[in-house]
Amino acid sequence: MKLHSLTAHQILDLYKTQKASPQEVLKDVLSRIGLIDSRVHAYARLSSQNDLTQGVCAIPIAIKDNMCTKDEEITCSSRILKGFRPPYDAAVVERIKQNAGMIVGFANMDEFAFGSSTETSCYGATYNPWDLSRVPGGSSGGSAAAVVADETLWALGSDTGGSIRQPASFCGIVGLKPTYGRVSRYGLIAFASSLDQIGPLTKDVRDCAMLMNIIAGYDERDSTSVNEPVPDYTKALVHDVRGIKIGVVKEAFVEGLDAQVRTAVEGAIDQLKKLGATVKEISLPHAPYAVATYYIVATAEASSNLARFDGVRYGLRQSPANMRKNGLMDMYEETRAKGFGDEAKRRIMLGTYVLSSGYYDAYYLRGQKVRTLIKQDLDEAFKECDVILTPTAPTTAFKVGEKISDPLSMYLSDIYTITANLAGIPAISIPCGFSKQGLPVGLQLMARAFDEEMLLRVSYTYEQNTEWHLKKPSL
Amino acid sequence: MTHKNMSQAFETVIGLEVHLQLSTKTKIFCGCANMFGSAPNTNVCPVCLGLPGTLPVLNHQTLLYAIKVGLALNAHINPFIKFDRKNYYYPDLPKGYQISQYDFPVAKDGFVMIKTDKGPKRIGIKRAHLEEDAGKLMHDNTDNCSLVDYNRTGTPLIEIVTQPDLRSAGESYDYLNTLKLMLQYLGVSDCDMEKGSLRCDANVSIRPAESTSFGTKTELKNMNSFRAVKSALEYEVGRHKQVILSGGKIVQETLLWDDQKSVTVAMRSKEQAHDYRYFPDPDLVPFTVDYKVLDQVRAELPELPGVKLERFIKQYGLNEYDAGVLVMDQAAANFFESCCESYNQPKKIANWLNGAMLKEMNERKVGISELGLTSVNLIELIKSVEDGVLSHLAGKEVLTLMLDSGKSAGQIIQQQSLAQVSDDAVLMAIVDEIIQQNPTAVEQIKQGKFAAAGFLVGQAMKKSGGKANPKKLNELITRRISHA
Amino acid sequence: MITKKDVQYIAALARIHMSPDKLQGLTKNLADIVGYVEQLQKLDLKNVKPTSHAVPLTNALRQDTVKPSLSNEKALSIAPQTRGGCFQVPLVIE
Repeated sequence: MKLHSLTAHQILDLYKTQKASPQEVLKDVLSRIGLIDSRVHAYARLSSQNDLTQGVCAIPIAIKDNMCTKDEEITCSSRILKGFRPPYDAAVVERIKQNAGMIVGFANMDEFAFGSSTETSCYGATYNPWDLSRVPGGSSGGSAAAVVADETLWALGSDTGGSIRQPASFCGIVGLKPTYGRVSRYGLIAFASSLDQIGPLTKDVRDCAMLMNIIAGYDERDSTSVNEPVPDYTKALVHDVRGIKIGVVKEAFVEGLDAQVRTAVEGAIDQLKKLGATVKEISLPHAPYAVATYYIVATAEASSNLARFDGVRYGLRQSPANMRKNGLMDMYEETRAKGFGDEAKRRIMLGTYVLSSGYYDAYYLRGQKVRTLIKQDLDEAFKECDVILTPTAPTTAFKVGEKISDPLSMYLSDIYTITANLAGIPAISIPCGFSKQGLPVGLQLMARAFDEEMLLRVSYTYEQNTEWHLKKPSL
Repeated sequence: MTHKNMSQAFETVIGLEVHLQLSTKTKIFCGCANMFGSAPNTNVCPVCLGLPGTLPVLNHQTLLYAIKVGLALNAHINPFIKFDRKNYYYPDLPKGYQISQYDFPVAKDGFVMIKTDKGPKRIGIKRAHLEEDAGKLMHDNTDNCSLVDYNRTGTPLIEIVTQPDLRSAGESYDYLNTLKLMLQYLGVSDCDMEKGSLRCDANVSIRPAESTSFGTKTELKNMNSFRAVKSALEYEVGRHKQVILSGGKIVQETLLWDDQKSVTVAMRSKEQAHDYRYFPDPDLVPFTVDYKVLDQVRAELPELPGVKLERFIKQYGLNEYDAGVLVMDQAAANFFESCCESYNQPKKIANWLNGAMLKEMNERKVGISELGLTSVNLIELIKSVEDGVLSHLAGKEVLTLMLDSGKSAGQIIQQQSLAQVSDDAVLMAIVDEIIQQNPTAVEQIKQGKFAAAGFLVGQAMKKSGGKANPKKLNELITRRISHA
Repeated sequence: MITKKDVQYIAALARIHMSPDKLQGLTKNLADIVGYVEQLQKLDLKNVKPTSHAVPLTNALRQDTVKPSLSNEKALSIAPQTRGGCFQVPLVIE
């Protein structure tokens, strides 16, 4: 039996009937990694300690390379953090360890989560298991690729503007960005603090609910963590969408949307109608401004969050051969010039610019205000529907190298996902079809804050009536 | 132009920024001990070291302390408070930004009353806000390196910024002393400048006396005492005048005070234009302060020094000097009041506290509570002197012995037989001896120079080991000489 | 319009050494992106309040209770250069 090709809940069933042990599962997953990761390159590195925790829940998991894990090297796939071993665990890592999850390895990612293709990693690109000449999406591309290539049972990613959902869409798996504040950010190396949220990437919706049960919950170490009771998300896996009102965003189905993606998403809408959901068209008038707003807000926060990488306390330290200004200044400037890749530099510079003297009101403050309008649009929309539907991404997976030299076109691949981050609401991507080239298409559903259960219910019902999630890439 | 003309032609404008470390148990955003004097980098954790992924959570006590300070400054407490990031690079700043407050500080628009020659003056307080302290740098010029200790990083600070209302170095000095005393009363900080728990920067400019616009200011840093603040301001005002009168222009810059050379010097590093890129810290949520919290903190406010001073003068009939000395030390003022409760002689108690007791405190370098003396002990001693059991001199000696041994005045008087000698026969023997030894003084007294009698009494006191009743001695000496 | 001079200023603020050969390309990138975000200028934002946090929370506070710190050894174990229990850096000129 190929244990690695199962879902986490199927593995748990095997544990219960003692048809498999955590040792066997881990061994199987590790051999799968050994066999194919040289081609997929989903992992930045494997865990240094694979001591097997006994327990019914011991399921191998991949963690994105931006979640601090005590005494393990964690780098955000950046040169500037090479060799950094945090002396503490992120809140989610604690929860994984407490629930006897086995951390197999640390998944490759766009450097500091800056990207939508996992090409900006200092370790090199991750490749899409469906077509190795294509990107897996990003920034949690390593996590998504590892899941779909059966190099882990499930994975954690982080999502600032679509970094869980867009790779889930490109890789044909389930990816959920929870409500802002639902999962503790403590120990997640920040990109944009007011947008970042950790979430699951899984092979099906049930696994997504199960992983949410492990990671969701209040944490007093994160001031933005919300002290609300956490439901048992598996209880939301109800096969029934009758009467649920689904709003289809009309602004999403315009120029720029790939025809095949459009067909697949429209097929999913029909399917949901047949299953009894009420579907209506809605408008989010400010949605077209989401990308511009995002690149102001997110880069401003990032420019400040990444200021701590200065070569003083940890990580890389570099000095130029010849003195330019003075010892300290040269050390700062050289460390950061050598430590950050081009995209990180671009975003730090953009963020610095929009906050700098004379530009704050024109850009940053303006961005914060448009954020209010985008949020208000959603509040209005949720008065008439329970779920908002869009494609997850305007295209299927693009070619490696295709957009890397055109930052703006790369940014536009997050056009549908960014809205949920700006508004703090939960959003999920589930497989809803394939293109003629055999590339997966993702469907995005958004719900009211703290209503992840609604997303799981609709997704579960759809999944039970389709077989997209059962398809596997041949590697 | 004479110096006098110079000072008449200009008005000095000063604004002060005081940074006060709050004496909470833990740091402002993490659970590390807020402690001075530990080995380097031992009160540090992932949060205050700014390790990636860590997040700040505000210490509740710091907020309550800041509100307390705000109320004492007669300031408006913002019902909505938020924290912002002040972005700049320095090795003692682990995150590359300082968490501070920009547009919604804890308190704004307050004032402090100070005394001046022309009567009381109101010094406006622009704002008081919470922020985190930075670490400490030690420079090693010979090895061309600096060492960073992050123990101080994240120590809670409140920054108190005045309006540009101060008009001289002297006024600034008085403001600082008034402010410090008030802060000590609040019990929110040890206010120790030597340990750096209270620090002061100054902005200074001058302008033609009749002008209402401001001149170009310079910012002064590195003053390690209030006296240094005063000297630095005096120096800098003089320099401004000199530059302007010689046709030059003041450059807006930050200067460091060199206390040894008594001059201000420009910073060696070429300062970049400050562009701190303040923006709301997304890792912290806003805070609201409702009337319940305000009432709670207000109820905890002690009587502040200015109010206490007025009350002491009015209630106890003290003169301003005595009341002032007592109020300077909150514990002493409290001690004074508990003494007055059981012995209604405020003036005498004040004399003892501001005299012998203050001397003992200074010599022993302790506060009044560390003396280990109760108000009951002191009153017993004062009464012994007032009743004539002890001379004033002996009383002071007994006080010393009481503090050394922890015994009561009564016990010591008994043991040391320090009770005053009033027995005529014993005293007459001493008086006779003194008169014999000091014929000149005796002659002067006979000629009507009675001041010389004081000298003889002093000599006799000495002979008696301070035990003689001086009143009695005076009587006996006068009688003996006039009858001789 | 963002200029090379702006980019040099920002690079200095952000402490990133910018070699002359990279300056050209970066200026163009940033100009493109800033040009794109300019679309926000056409929105009427009078009377719109800024949003810093999507989920409105207040008063996240912690009790003033001491928690264990790191040992000096552990704190310094991640440092590029140390001396005498401290983090060492090139000489800071004040």
